[in-house]
Amino acid sequence: MSLVQLTVNGKPQRLDIPPMKRLLDMLRHDLGLTGTKEGCGEGECGACAVLLDGELVNSCLVPALQVNGSSVCTIEGVSTEGQLHPIQQCFLERGGAQCGICTPGMILATHHLLDKHPNPTLEQIQEGLAGNLCRCTGYMRIFESVQEAAKLGAI
Amino acid sequence: MVTHTMPQSDPILGASPLRKEGRAKVLGAAQYIDDLSLPGMWHGATVRSSIARGSIRSITFSAEIDWSQFCIVRASDIPGENTIVHLTKDHPCLADGVVNHPEEPILLLAHPEKSALLAAVAAVHIDYEELPGVFTIEESETAVENNDAARIIWPGSEFGGTANCFKTYLMYSGEKDETEAGIAAAFEAADFIVEGEYHTGAQEQLYIENNGIIAECFRNASGAVESVCVRGCMQCPYYVVHALTLVFNLPEDKCRVIQVETGGAFGGKEDFPSVIGSHAALLAMKCGHPVKIIYDRAEDMAATTKRHPSRTRHRTAVSKDGKLLAGTIDVAIDGGAYSTLSPVVLSRATIHAPGPYKWPHIRVKAKAMATNIPPHGAFRGFGAPQSLFGLERHMDKIAKTIGLTPEELRRRNFLATGDTTATGQPLIEKVDMQHLLTRALEEAGYHEKLARFAEENKHSSIKRGVGFAAFMHGTGFTGSGERRLNSLVYVDVLEDGRPQILVSSTEFGQGTNTILSQVAAQTLQLPYDDILVAQPDTSVVPNSGPTVASRTAMIVGKLVERASLQLLDNLREHEHLPADHTREEFIAAAKSFRAKHGELRASVRYEPPAKIYWDDELYRGDAYPGYAWAVYVAEVAVDLNTYMTTVTRFDALQEVGKVMHPVLAKGQIEGGVAQGIGYALYEKCVWKNGRMMNNQMTNYIMPTSADLPPIHVHFEETPSIHGPGGAKGIGELPMDGPAPAILNAIENATGIAFNTIPLLPEDMYERMSSFTDPPLGGTEDLDPSTDQDTRTEVTA
Repeated sequence: MSLVQLTVNGKPQRLDIPPMKRLLDMLRHDLGLTGTKEGCGEGECGACAVLLDGELVNSCLVPALQVNGSSVCTIEGVSTEGQLHPIQQCFLERGGAQCGICTPGMILATHHLLDKHPNPTLEQIQEGLAGNLCRCTGYMRIFESVQEAAKLGAI
Repeated sequence: MVTHTMPQSDPILGASPLRKEGRAKVLGAAQYIDDLSLPGMWHGATVRSSIARGSIRSITFSAEIDWSQFCIVRASDIPGENTIVHLTKDHPCLADGVVNHPEEPILLLAHPEKSALLAAVAAVHIDYEELPGVFTIEESETAVENNDAARIIWPGSEFGGTANCFKTYLMYSGEKDETEAGIAAAFEAADFIVEGEYHTGAQEQLYIENNGIIAECFRNASGAVESVCVRGCMQCPYYVVHALTLVFNLPEDKCRVIQVETGGAFGGKEDFPSVIGSHAALLAMKCGHPVKIIYDRAEDMAATTKRHPSRTRHRTAVSKDGKLLAGTIDVAIDGGAYSTLSPVVLSRATIHAPGPYKWPHIRVKAKAMATNIPPHGAFRGFGAPQSLFGLERHMDKIAKTIGLTPEELRRRNFLATGDTTATGQPLIEKVDMQHLLTRALEEAGYHEKLARFAEENKHSSIKRGVGFAAFMHGTGFTGSGERRLNSLVYVDVLEDGRPQILVSSTEFGQGTNTILSQVAAQTLQLPYDDILVAQPDTSVVPNSGPTVASRTAMIVGKLVERASLQLLDNLREHEHLPADHTREEFIAAAKSFRAKHGELRASVRYEPPAKIYWDDELYRGDAYPGYAWAVYVAEVAVDLNTYMTTVTRFDALQEVGKVMHPVLAKGQIEGGVAQGIGYALYEKCVWKNGRMMNNQMTNYIMPTSADLPPIHVHFEETPSIHGPGGAKGIGELPMDGPAPAILNAIENATGIAFNTIPLLPEDMYERMSSFTDPPLGGTEDLDPSTDQDTRTEVTA
């Protein structure tokens, strides 16, 4: 077991856990943050994407020890006091979420994308979200959600 | 019954209100099965067959595991019948002595710690006596033809069907002898006879949420099993109830099934939840704890259902002016090791095989063959994408053969209002394929591109092309299916005066909750936000049928509309609710009614439309109450350096009756088109001895956001009398058109007819490099035998 200290959604956490435990399991099981989903467990689908010190990572590929001293943002940290973040609002209004299982990861990927490119081109959106698979939407409503969020100056 | 007119002001049907459960989804607060846990819960895993076919000699448990800590379930523990029932009982819940496909479940294990299971599964050693297997439609047919008893892998008669064949259909466009005579005469007189063979591969549904279940088992005071409760991701809670009643020998009301938020399904959670649900419940029964089974991606891909591979053969008699005179179509699908839903998939393949065309004489013969592959099952489109791929490729072949454009050939043969379909169904509601084709080609800029690409291609190694497909998809269960389902819907009014819809129709992304709420809001003249939808829990909701077959909007939506009207009638009669009531008046009337009667419920059962008739024996009549009609246009670029095909633009035009929710409807079409593009160009299941070898997202490739072209969705609205507010079904339709449209576009670009999907760069390379002189010649220049069936086995 190893002591891991980090900040999750702005809150400091101290956990005594196996060092190779996946960040995904630490979030879901130890911290009860089930908004982060597991789709493939091999870093292909992006359903488990979170922001680790501002970078988009697949939490199924990150060992717990590696996040010691870091700051993690999950989908639960995107909204404030039940108020939807503009990105979430746009996904809701524009049909960016269908079954919803890829949505948390997709919203964090959007957050990361708009951080880097506040006014992304369609190509930048396509590229920025290419690590997050969605089987329902065919991505068109998601692109529209992201474009609308950018227009609102979401970040 | 009092009749009502829809209020005209601000209709909610046709607007795009926020998805009912959308807020919870964007917050990450929606709870899927793996997000749930019950007190004292154990975890389950499955020990599966490592061979395709054989008998089990022995099962040994390695000594390095402390087995006393595990619960082990085998076939002999099943209290009822060892079967997962769909249409017949050939499919065991757990293998008992013999296995018929790789990954067939043999034993179930449970342990308090999930982490203990992986090693335990690996520590169960099964010794087999292997038997020869069959792995393709052709191998299965050959075994039958040669009367090769060693390769008759499915017995037939006991479960319906015949040896190695789950089901056959023989469909004629008229009386049998007359049609046969008509076909013979037409082939005699035809100016052209065009033949073709078309293949489609298996396709993985690839919902992002894997299959998962939590089950509980309850015993009475004397220790006997009294009831079971199964929660999970699924499309059809009452299918799972039916399966559990047999496995546990319990009455229906003792088998409770609850659907929780479901992360995608596409048919992949239609039949399979009966398997994993029964497994989890058996473990719960034996270990005395709730048990959760969540598959990981590799297990889900290797062991659960996929789209049926198919082979379609066409032989068509055509006049020189481009009239279809007669046709024979032979459809064969690979059902895998057990019957499951194959007969029904085959039925849809059969009925859709003639497409949106007039056939003076046609015969469709269809069969579902058994192979030693995990059973194939439901996947969006359900047989239609397979036979329509063959048809729409074949139409382009006919056009090329007789010297007409693909457009003109279709125009001379389209069905229209008043015509009769190949099953003898008169098209009473308006059908205008001519207009759909005109508009689709205009929207896509088809004619301009056809000319421009032909010119540009002369000077480029990137060959561009355009192609299209015309098709239709029937809404609801086939023929007398809806009559048999006999669906029931409730609309209650709760204590606070808010209506609640009670249906077993499930939400898995397609928008069930939202559109049914729109129907109720519109009919009850209440705000959309007032309408509640009950969680599909079979102890609460009635059986409104399975959530499949593009039936929810049209069939269940109509029942919700009728139930809402019944509710209003009741309140108008007994509580004097005025005709143009306000929300407050409705709530007051509902509360007053409840105070007097305790509850307020409208209950409505399916009533077959008066003039719908279907003959199951002759396979003739009104196959579906309604059809959605479509023309899809694909634009492609084929890079002859890399053999990579990219779809560069896609236009999807469809006539779907009333569009209930434009944002959701567009999303449905775009998602279906994306899956169709994957089906055509990306998604290949690689098989070896019946086992899927690429059961990972790393090497089974679905389209990413960077792979897809702009998808332009266009609707035409011709309201149907059968659906609420005129709506028809759209869920499966977009799966049917993309693959043939794309391969037609590739032929336009390269001059080469590819007739097998998926068509990956390596498949294109193999075909094109096998041919040298002259390169890139016309369709018939390439030996069709080299258009390899991509379902064939990899060699070790």
